[in-house]
Amino acid sequence: MNRISALGRTLRRTAWQAVPTIVGLLVLNFFLLQLVPGDAADVIAAESGSATAESMARIRTHFGLDLPVLHQLGNYLNNLAHLSLGTSPRYNLPVTELIGARLGNTLLLMSAALGGALLAGVLLGTVMASFAARWPDRLLSVAALLLYSTPGFWLGLMCIVLFSVHLGWLPTGGSGTIGAHLTGWAAVADTARHLVLPALAMAGFYVAIFSRLTRAAMLEVARQDFVRTAHAKGLHPVAVALRHVLRNALVPVTTVAGMHFGTLLGGAVMVETVFSWPGLGRLAFESVMARDYTVLLGILLISSLLVIAANMAVDLLHAALDPRIHVR
Amino acid sequence: MSTPFPAIAVVPAVPAIAAIAATPPATPRNAALRAFLRNPSAVAGVVLLAVVALTALAAPLLFPGDPLDMVATPLLWPGQEAAFPLGSDSLGRNVAAGIAHGARVSLAVGVVAAVLNLAIGILVGATAGYCGGRIDDLLVRITELFQTVPSFLLVIVVVAIGQPSVPVIVLAIGLASWPVIARLVRAEFRSLREQEFVLAARSQGFGHLRIVLQEMLPNALPPVIVTSSVLVASAILIESALSFLGMGDPNAVSWGSMIGEGRELLRTAWYLTALPGAAIVATVLALNLVGDGLNDALNPRLRGR
Repeated sequence: MNRISALGRTLRRTAWQAVPTIVGLLVLNFFLLQLVPGDAADVIAAESGSATAESMARIRTHFGLDLPVLHQLGNYLNNLAHLSLGTSPRYNLPVTELIGARLGNTLLLMSAALGGALLAGVLLGTVMASFAARWPDRLLSVAALLLYSTPGFWLGLMCIVLFSVHLGWLPTGGSGTIGAHLTGWAAVADTARHLVLPALAMAGFYVAIFSRLTRAAMLEVARQDFVRTAHAKGLHPVAVALRHVLRNALVPVTTVAGMHFGTLLGGAVMVETVFSWPGLGRLAFESVMARDYTVLLGILLISSLLVIAANMAVDLLHAALDPRIHVR
Repeated sequence: MSTPFPAIAVVPAVPAIAAIAATPPATPRNAALRAFLRNPSAVAGVVLLAVVALTALAAPLLFPGDPLDMVATPLLWPGQEAAFPLGSDSLGRNVAAGIAHGARVSLAVGVVAAVLNLAIGILVGATAGYCGGRIDDLLVRITELFQTVPSFLLVIVVVAIGQPSVPVIVLAIGLASWPVIARLVRAEFRSLREQEFVLAARSQGFGHLRIVLQEMLPNALPPVIVTSSVLVASAILIESALSFLGMGDPNAVSWGSMIGEGRELLRTAWYLTALPGAAIVATVLALNLVGDGLNDALNPRLRGR
């Protein structure tokens, strides 16, 4: 009961603080996007090869692009208050439908990348901490530094060259085999095969961060008195490392993981472009190029909601990992 | 003497009095520099960075002319012809010339964007940390706003507003990454504000600007210096990502644009993506090694094992 009421309090407080941030974000970006030269009608005309002035004027009137800026902002906020994200001029579809079709793919990619990076990073960091200052530690530290310095899109391209072109083990792009119409476990396996390289490319950077952070945190925690007590009590070294040291070392690691959740979308733009993965990152980039502002604002809204949700999840995880940390 | 930290006297191991008399007195800055130079990986980073910087400076001498000129048979492999040690791309351009000239663009963008980041971040952070109250709240809100936007999308939008050219790219990257520095400087200023030397300066009648610039800022700088090398590294990575997507300066060769163009020939001529990427990795690695060395030298308390 106590935990649930604490959870409810956290949710209410987060929602109350998040709303002005999100609204401010949308207003700021709305005005920023108005500065970009050209609008959606120009892009539609360009893509269809040619257009008459009358048809462009009609497109603009239909989508409200010729209204004064403050009117457009008012309309957008009014739509938002009614839980609608507007209509995309380019695709002529509701934005929620566009985003909904791609949100699952992006979430899959981001969670696979972050989850894999956490697992691999914590594992490597633990190994590095247990062999501190000996050659496995030095070797893994150099590898981590190299991974940290590698751009994600280049790592993805090199993985394609090695695993797809030369070895032929994994597909080069997309989220599924086109025209295969697989169902059930075969579809899951197919998606998993297509997910491996993009997740690897995105995770490389974060594996380096998490492994270095875990190593530093574990070395820091291992010097504490309670670890000495645990050893003195006769606990197995592995039990001490996992139940006492690692559990406390995970607190800064999860904090940094939550902080980097926001940068995942930026990294997703690059990886989704390299692997032709149908996700929100590519949609965001294409909507900037196509001056499709309603879609871009919708994506920014979703990403801010995701960042806020991730921060809340990290707070709750901290409370679970370290009972001294109270959920405020 | 405005620093609150007493001068750390480093006692050398040599017992001879003459040797002790001959060693210069170790100030904190001296001690940090010596600690930095004793770190082999930090020195390796500085050497690698110097090699890249020298290549960038010497590019017009090593490869005169425009690197975008078509000078060779297309798609030569590295080592196939002596005149083109790193091969040529699909239009017959010298890959080595592209990498050397690309170093100029990447380093220039990295350094200037990092300086812009530092300028905005220090301004906002110092004001927020020193003033406190309503101004602090407002500036923290603005910082949070900029941090919630995915920074890469913000960079893309700013580059889309202006023409894709090097100054616009520098401005875009500078506008996107300043919140990190702002938070750091604000935290430092908030803790420094309560120190006695600030009270002493204020009681002597120093103006606010003088206190901030002369007393507080030099003491807040060590973590900022450590972060600055990471800033340059991330600016180089963002610039290469932008050029890869085709939003870079079309008149300048950049490592990212070389990778983007080589992507079309990934199956047959993968060296076109591998070589510029290796250059990026080497440069960013050097910057990270220098940053780690600075961290170890300037934050001895955090030096674990």
